Amino acid sequence: MNPPRLIPFETRQPRNEIAPSPLSIRGLTVAYDDKPAVWDLDYDAPDRGLIAVIGPNGAGKSTMIKAMLGLVPTLAGDVRVFGSTLRQARRRIAYIPQRTSVDWDFPASAEDVVAMGLYGEIGWCRPVRRRHREAARSYLDRVGMADFAGRQIGQLSGGQQQRVFLARALAQKADLYLMDEPFAGVDAATERAIVNVMREVRDAGATVLCVHHDLQTVADYFDHALILNVHAIAHGAVDDVLTEELLQRAYGGRLAETEIRAIAGSA
Amino acid sequence: MTAADFLSIDLPAILVAVLSATSCGLLGNFLVLRRQALIGDAISHVALPGIVAGFLIAGTIATLPLMLGAMVAAVIAAGLIEIIRRAGRLESGAAMGVVFTTMFAIGIVLLEQTGASNAHIDAEHALYGNLESTLWLGVTGWDDALTWEALSQLPRQLITLAGVTAAIAIMIVAFYKELKVSTFDAGLAASLGLPVRTISTVLIVVVALAAVAAFEAVGSILVIAMFICPAATARMLTDSLSRQLWLSVLVAVIAGVGGYVLAAFGPQFWGDTDSLSAAGMIAVVAGLLQTAAMIAAPRYGILSRAIRRRTRQLDLPA
Repeated sequence: MNPPRLIPFETRQPRNEIAPSPLSIRGLTVAYDDKPAVWDLDYDAPDRGLIAVIGPNGAGKSTMIKAMLGLVPTLAGDVRVFGSTLRQARRRIAYIPQRTSVDWDFPASAEDVVAMGLYGEIGWCRPVRRRHREAARSYLDRVGMADFAGRQIGQLSGGQQQRVFLARALAQKADLYLMDEPFAGVDAATERAIVNVMREVRDAGATVLCVHHDLQTVADYFDHALILNVHAIAHGAVDDVLTEELLQRAYGGRLAETEIRAIAGSA
Repeated sequence: MTAADFLSIDLPAILVAVLSATSCGLLGNFLVLRRQALIGDAISHVALPGIVAGFLIAGTIATLPLMLGAMVAAVIAAGLIEIIRRAGRLESGAAMGVVFTTMFAIGIVLLEQTGASNAHIDAEHALYGNLESTLWLGVTGWDDALTWEALSQLPRQLITLAGVTAAIAIMIVAFYKELKVSTFDAGLAASLGLPVRTISTVLIVVVALAAVAAFEAVGSILVIAMFICPAATARMLTDSLSRQLWLSVLVAVIAGVGGYVLAAFGPQFWGDTDSLSAAGMIAVVAGLLQTAAMIAAPRYGILSRAIRRRTRQLDLPA
């Protein structure tokens, strides 16, 4: 038997019978000023996975997503999406930023915001037409927001705003969804809507990578996890990764022993 | 008032005022929504040293050298603001405040020391403009107003501003989606592959262009007012960005025409023979429109909010 050959990542061609991973990260390194935020991260996302990215505050979870999308400068690293560069694969990615990252007083209705998810498809300088607005309303319907299409976005509750973002991501008809804390500060109805949508797109063949901070629900909502604390601590199936030892390593003294045991036990 | 007087004195001033207000007002929508309203203020002040330098180098008050000087000054100011923000660890508003006051002061010193003030540029014009001296010479009545000979003598500020306003309107219509999404959610815009940084740089360059074109005719006070008031007034009246853009144009036109008419003819109503500063009066009208919108706007006005609060209280179960 021949020994395995080492092939540089850049030149490795995906074989036809093995689909390339939805997301392959090699050596991703980001620093703010002199403080490392993400250090030498390697990760391959499983196809059709529902993946939670967990870790303590300041662990670089949001930064990792932003760096993958080229929204923050990286010091090093290579990111492939379905085997292609980011530029080639952009239309296959939908990004949901943190809800607090935008100004909700902006003069736009829920329908306007969802239509923004179609801008890539519409293209430069072309107007939003009636069929695009109809499509936007159908995506709002899928997240239970059909009655709020014309509402100015600042008049919506936090959970409703999050569902508008979710509908916008659906409008992008992506194969890889990157969500930054979609569950932060939302009501129970929105939480259910997000989980349902994640499962729907997964069943339709997409992969979801979601920054998540509520350790109690990781095992219920996701089937894979990436534990991050600047370095990748562990990744794999939720059952294998949510162990006392790994959580202790990621969170250090920041989680009470009993809490960690409860989470590890629930997985 | 004869037709010749109106055509040669009032009409060009009104058109210059309306075009200045429209070009700055349109861009102001995006500045206000991006929380960069102060940039218009800063650029209209830093234009002064640039205009003086342009005049000193070229030796004429032709549009091109003055425009170029002002553009260069605006670019230098943008660089300085960025340097001071980083090196001095200041927030950008404070850095802008330092840069534009200093550069405006340098402009005034340059004016005083070089004798450029004899050539129709001085500190007073920088603040209030010279709307009243925008004259259309060589027109004698409505009959010959559209002849080539008369049109070729239209004041150059008017022609410059018409071009700048048209360019801004075309830009906003053509790149409406891109401006909208990059203003609302830069993260999404970048993930869609839009060049977010380039878009904001181009926006600032166009703001500088509008500020400089308008500044020369109407002065910095009106430029600042027009970057903020029409947009802020329109925002009170609607929740749709496209409607806000149209309303801001309407506010700009009302302020431009109304302000000029009040300044030129208002004093005669109470027996005064002097007229008032047109640029000043236009800014006052814009401010009054903004105040009226804040009080009486259908959803966001103080009155309607008070009424809503009252009815909500009545709705409460006893």
